[in-house]
Amino acid sequence: MEAVTENLGLFGRGYLLSLQLCLWGLAGSLLLGTLVAACRVSPVPPLRAFGTAWVGVVRNCPLTVVLFAFAFGLPEVGVNGSYWWLGIAALVVYTSAFVCEALRSGINAVPAGQAEAARAIGLTFTQSLRSVVLPQAFRSSVPPVGSVLIAMIKNSAVVGAFGVGRDLFSVGNSLTSAQGYAALPVLTGVAVGYLLLTLPAGGALAAVERKVAIAR
Amino acid sequence: MPARTRRRTTGAALAVALTAALGLAACGDDGSDEAVVAPADNPSFAAGTTMARLAEAGSVKVGTKFDQPGFGLQGLDDKPAGFDVEIAKLVAAELGIEADSIEWVETPSAVREESIERGTVDLVVATYTINDKRKERISFAGPYYVAGQQLMVRSEDTAITGPDALKANPAAKVCSVTGSTPAETIKTYLASPSQLVLFDVYDKCADALRTKQVDVVTTDNVILLGFVDESKGAFKLAGEQFTEEPYGIGVKKGDTQFCEFVNGVLAKAGSSGAYEKAWTSTAGEVEGAQTPTLPTAAPCA
Amino acid sequence: MSSGTGTTRTTDGTPDGTPDGTVDGIVAPRRRTGRTAAAGAPRATVLYDAPGPRARRRTLVGSIAATVVILGLLALVVRRLADAGQLSAERWGPLLDPSTEEFGQVWRLLGLGLRSTLTAAALAIVGSVVLGTLIGVARMMLPGRTRWPLVGVIELLRGLPVVIAIYFTSRVLPDVGVDVSGLPGPDGLWYLVIALVAYNMVVIAEIVRSGVASLPRGQREAALSVGLTPGQTMRIVLLPQAFRVMLPALISQLVVILKDTSLAAVLGIYPELLNRANRIAQNLDNPIPMFITVGVIFIAINAALSQVAVVVERRVSRSTAHR
Repeated sequence: MEAVTENLGLFGRGYLLSLQLCLWGLAGSLLLGTLVAACRVSPVPPLRAFGTAWVGVVRNCPLTVVLFAFAFGLPEVGVNGSYWWLGIAALVVYTSAFVCEALRSGINAVPAGQAEAARAIGLTFTQSLRSVVLPQAFRSSVPPVGSVLIAMIKNSAVVGAFGVGRDLFSVGNSLTSAQGYAALPVLTGVAVGYLLLTLPAGGALAAVERKVAIAR
Repeated sequence: MPARTRRRTTGAALAVALTAALGLAACGDDGSDEAVVAPADNPSFAAGTTMARLAEAGSVKVGTKFDQPGFGLQGLDDKPAGFDVEIAKLVAAELGIEADSIEWVETPSAVREESIERGTVDLVVATYTINDKRKERISFAGPYYVAGQQLMVRSEDTAITGPDALKANPAAKVCSVTGSTPAETIKTYLASPSQLVLFDVYDKCADALRTKQVDVVTTDNVILLGFVDESKGAFKLAGEQFTEEPYGIGVKKGDTQFCEFVNGVLAKAGSSGAYEKAWTSTAGEVEGAQTPTLPTAAPCA
Repeated sequence: MSSGTGTTRTTDGTPDGTPDGTVDGIVAPRRRTGRTAAAGAPRATVLYDAPGPRARRRTLVGSIAATVVILGLLALVVRRLADAGQLSAERWGPLLDPSTEEFGQVWRLLGLGLRSTLTAAALAIVGSVVLGTLIGVARMMLPGRTRWPLVGVIELLRGLPVVIAIYFTSRVLPDVGVDVSGLPGPDGLWYLVIALVAYNMVVIAEIVRSGVASLPRGQREAALSVGLTPGQTMRIVLLPQAFRVMLPALISQLVVILKDTSLAAVLGIYPELLNRANRIAQNLDNPIPMFITVGVIFIAINAALSQVAVVVERRVSRSTAHR
């Protein structure tokens, strides 16, 4: 167990770095996912096609391949950046496809009659969207979007293998591979670190869900 | 194979076999076209030794790297090729085992001790630096080569002149391979840990150096030479080598007889020229690589 | 990557899992409104009504602008790649040109890699379904507090990144003396499969649980009242029906598993598709073409699987609608 106690500082910094990675990923993927979802449900056919293609490509590709495209593909075409940001960008792009689908499911869950009724009583397009459709869509999107974001926390471990370094995963890798610590205690430490990210996130999600739950 | 086998060597589909054959033809040695040295004819070993067991079985399981150009890189024909692979073939030959009967097992850095302990492999030849921590778990024959860590930079770079320049250039990113000895060693030369970028193979480091994602690649000089050679002037080595990495052959802890046997094989290969040929046909193909002389073997313990 | 596979609220399937258009199983029927728009124009959805002439003009302008921007971006990417020499015949020849000497070898290796990937995915899905069903049933049938430890294990396994699980199995199992060398195939295969099963079985357990929960209550009541034991009820009446309902979700989980096999490449423990591609790229110095190829292969397989899931979903919902 001294593998963990001796390196508590490393683990702590790894945890904080992974947490930061997740927070950036969270903000980015919500933003991008919303944009892609807007494309997918927009009345403009090329945008819809773009949204569909985005989801179809990104969602069916392993994260490892997406990460590769960002960490090695982009610099190859002259887009340079630190591996930290390239990794976050890859995580955001990958997660955005799932966020998009979760949001779309929320929109689809709103019965068409709601919008028809809104229009029938004379609400304009923006009014009906703002006060009738989107609030309902948002509420039913919360559970699936939450699951997607928790999955993203777990996926952030893979980013560590693409030049980011010093996050929880990399700490485990370096301690076991190069410094010869026994695998069991080190990896248990890493696992606990990730559980300290995912379990509270799950709790927070459950709380949000209770708050926005609607009876149908 | 030069650090990057790549088209040149792998194009010659027979890879090692062919290279070795050419090397032999040039030197007019014996007629085998498989290994540098033909397998010994029915060698005899004391009963109960590892040698007797392997010779009896007619095959040997060798752990090596599959992703290390010049030392052990799996080619398009599925077989690993490189200096480590040739060294293992020399050992096998002395056991009377054909190169074809060697079972190659991929042993990345992290699993080498474990593979030996569990008997998944009979010996490990995998750019395996001899150190005390590892000696607690296994025994080393050799060393058969002494590498030294060095830096590689882009040719136009004049700021990085050696490892000591890294602290003065805290913005410079240094690339190495996860879990490798060079990656650990370089840490003491860095201004901050965030300077270090780690990938699974050196190829990615070289790509990252070319695309300016990183500014320095560090590992053992002979691997770097391969990249310099291939870069057509884009990369250069910076500064002198600053470590000594004696590569050993890992065997089960306490198997002194086998260890001494391997040392014997190395000594014989050193005097017969087989060692030199193994080098020149693989890692030594790179321009600028100096043919090493066989280091003196450490006593087996 | 294990994405989005549901948290505890189970009745709504998994967002990544379910194929296009059917996300979540809570899809409201999308009705066409009465005023049918001109052919090709977007029909009314919950978000907007069928467009009138002015809206159609605006849409047209938007379409043209969007097309220009999207094609422009694509052209930019292609040009940049070409400028960087990434589209050269030297880099793509071994993949596309059968007359190059590497072509056969490269595709043989990719074929081997694909076979390894599919083998691992198949073993993992079978293992996950078997164990997942057992766990799901146990969770439903164990009385009160006795299911708590089980729930704890489920939550732990679900909170763990799959790549860590693979790391764990490949490094810790041999340390603690679990020997997989007796099983057919390389050790790495089993480390990968065990890790994938450990994660996916708990996901599938939840799918099973929600599948059973979605059945009409009368099924269970009727079975019990004709004298079947709870175990028989589960085995003979509930599970077979639940599996029909679950089939699309299971296929979607297969997509997740298939993608997750490539995590083995991060640790280099098993020669699956991505690992093979890495090695080929090392030999031929063409990483970008190799990774594009691997991406296309994965997308093709997974898109096909998703289509299968859509078809199955439709069949299932049609046949269950008449029940």
